[in-house]
Amino acid sequence: MAASVETREQVRQATEEYRFGFSTDVESEFAPLGLNEEVIRFISAKKNDPKWLLDWRLKAYGIWLEQEEPTWALVEYPEIDYQGIYYYAAPKSVEGPDSLDEIDPEILRTYEKLGIPLREQEVLAGVKGAPKIAVDAVFDSVSVATTFRKELESAGVIFMPISEAVQAHPELVRKYLGSVVPMRDNFFATLNAAVFSDGTFVYIPKGVRCPMELSTYFRINAQNTGQFERTLIIAEEGSYVSYLEGCTAPMRDENQLHAAVVELIVMDDAEIKYSTVQNWYPGDKNGKGGIYNFVTKRGLCQGRNSKISWTQVETGSAITWKYPSCVLKGENSVGEFYSVAVTNNFQQADTGTKMIHIGKGSRSTIISKGISTGHSSNSYRGLVRVLAGADNVRNFTQCDSLLLSDQCSANTVPYIEVSNPTAQIEHEATTSRISDDQLFYCLQRGLSEEDAVALIVNGFCREVMKQLPMEFAVEAQKLLGISLEGSVG
Amino acid sequence: MSGNNKAMLVVKGLHARVGDVEILKGIDLEIGAGETHAIMGPNGAGKSTLANVLCGRPGYEITAGEVSLNGKDLLALAPHERAGEGLFLGFQYPVEIPGVSNMNFLRTALNSLKKYRGEEEMDAASFLKMLRAAAADLKMAPEMLKRAVNQDFSGGEKKRNEMLQMAVLDPIMAVLDETDSGLDIDALKIVADGINAFRGPEKAVLLITHYQRLLDYVVPDQVHVMIDGRIVRSGDKELAKELEEKGYAEVA
Repeated sequence: MAASVETREQVRQATEEYRFGFSTDVESEFAPLGLNEEVIRFISAKKNDPKWLLDWRLKAYGIWLEQEEPTWALVEYPEIDYQGIYYYAAPKSVEGPDSLDEIDPEILRTYEKLGIPLREQEVLAGVKGAPKIAVDAVFDSVSVATTFRKELESAGVIFMPISEAVQAHPELVRKYLGSVVPMRDNFFATLNAAVFSDGTFVYIPKGVRCPMELSTYFRINAQNTGQFERTLIIAEEGSYVSYLEGCTAPMRDENQLHAAVVELIVMDDAEIKYSTVQNWYPGDKNGKGGIYNFVTKRGLCQGRNSKISWTQVETGSAITWKYPSCVLKGENSVGEFYSVAVTNNFQQADTGTKMIHIGKGSRSTIISKGISTGHSSNSYRGLVRVLAGADNVRNFTQCDSLLLSDQCSANTVPYIEVSNPTAQIEHEATTSRISDDQLFYCLQRGLSEEDAVALIVNGFCREVMKQLPMEFAVEAQKLLGISLEGSVG
Repeated sequence: MSGNNKAMLVVKGLHARVGDVEILKGIDLEIGAGETHAIMGPNGAGKSTLANVLCGRPGYEITAGEVSLNGKDLLALAPHERAGEGLFLGFQYPVEIPGVSNMNFLRTALNSLKKYRGEEEMDAASFLKMLRAAAADLKMAPEMLKRAVNQDFSGGEKKRNEMLQMAVLDPIMAVLDETDSGLDIDALKIVADGINAFRGPEKAVLLITHYQRLLDYVVPDQVHVMIDGRIVRSGDKELAKELEEKGYAEVA
């Protein structure tokens, strides 16, 4: 009996290391394969774009054709065939569903399996006193459901798919789209500007503290399809919002491209707390398959005393290329970046942040925790720039790397550019291993080796994990354990 | 060598080496239920090696011998399984685990042990109550429970923390490796109280110590003298006093 339990446990671990690897069988509509002006017009027509947006896309496409793919990151991958990707895939049944009943039940089941509540009563029926979380669910290229919109509306908060916001609030979208990440910012951001199909739009009016956590769950399902979403969040004077995104994808042998853009704008005395739990399919043990995650995230602290806090827990993707950044323009504005990046097997991560200090008295904190095992590569890349006019800037950076295997690598690449003598910049970096003494101490107290590693790693990441909203911190902790399964011994 | 009690820990002809160096050269030891034994000996005699080998610390090669706890072959078990069988090691140098609170560590450990034994896990509220009571017995400030395991603890605090772990995890056999070293007299009394509170008819304790000092507070049933990987003499508590007066060379 014991043996069969053990065998089942082994099988479970072998097959379920990535627990979201299933795919959903739905009929989808695709854009023609590859990328050209016609495909962009196709996507634009599907989205019922106004003319200005079509023109914007076409302009971006023209720029993109002239751009070169960046090669400076410490990641290696075979050349991406941009003509071998579908740039748009949408489940046939969801074009403008009025209620959940109109959504393909297969899709609803997908979100059920992922543990994401799309029915508001499911949230309410949960644990008594559990905080409400509004969800926007993006499936391949389209948003399939957005919950709690009415309740949010009554607080003045706009929370809707960006494709809808283009129709309903064109003045806001037009004003801010591309204002923080310009369309020609970089190769992947420009590509996104040309082909983005959906994403989330959030607007918090002056003085409003958003009454619940907002979240978006991104799911790539269709084969050979890229996901190009765009998120735009605007926090007006004195407002506050906490936003979380989660990402998963099926296990597929070929690599899939995800090139998203996130723009945040924060006015006087306002704050956006942006948390990410990134768990795209990382590829198999031999490095086959997995998501290429090339993402541009940037926030503008426009106002005085404005604040942006990025927290990310990155466990998935074959390649992560991502630098959530803050442009600290407002006087006394605050930028924070808390990151845990885990790489296993053949995963490669090149991630970090940019803190651009423009405003006087602006402050930033960077805490990065990299954990590498298997044959993976994990790099922190960060820039702290202080402009000449920015007096009395402070930055504190701490980059810690934990190595769990002999074949993995960790790199720290900090860039510091200071043009004002009053700036105080601190940088600390460490690299360590789990010591045999720590491991034995835990084992002697009864923990299995895997539990011991998970506990020690969670301790290593605690400063970052405690930044996550409570309801997600537990999930993220479990995720760390799962990502490291079989990594020691 | 044991008294009249049912044997709990039985060590027979144990030989162990590190690399080419033989450190344990045939240890025989039997500790019965309810008994407390002390092993004394000079530096380098192999006392800590014995403690580590009993608990399955990697880095030692066992070349001969047997070890059993309540009849269970310990040498066949992984370190965490030995803990599951009720074996506890009080570390000479307790290890720091940054970012993991004492409370979280102990709860994870206790529930791991319960899982191994097929028992139900303890819920957070009952655990907290039990933990607070155990900490109060050891005169530990409640804030020590929230701090990271052993991080920035003084030497005395670390040893007291080992006693807290022993009280909470409630093993049947405790091996305490120089738990008395580095303690001032007040801390020594508290640690000794912790050991005495742990003792009971179903428990056994093996104290490893340099000095007779601890044995004034925790009176052993038997004292063994270990020199160069062997137990060279055994006796009652008077042997410890004799050692203190005459030194190891003469007693052996």
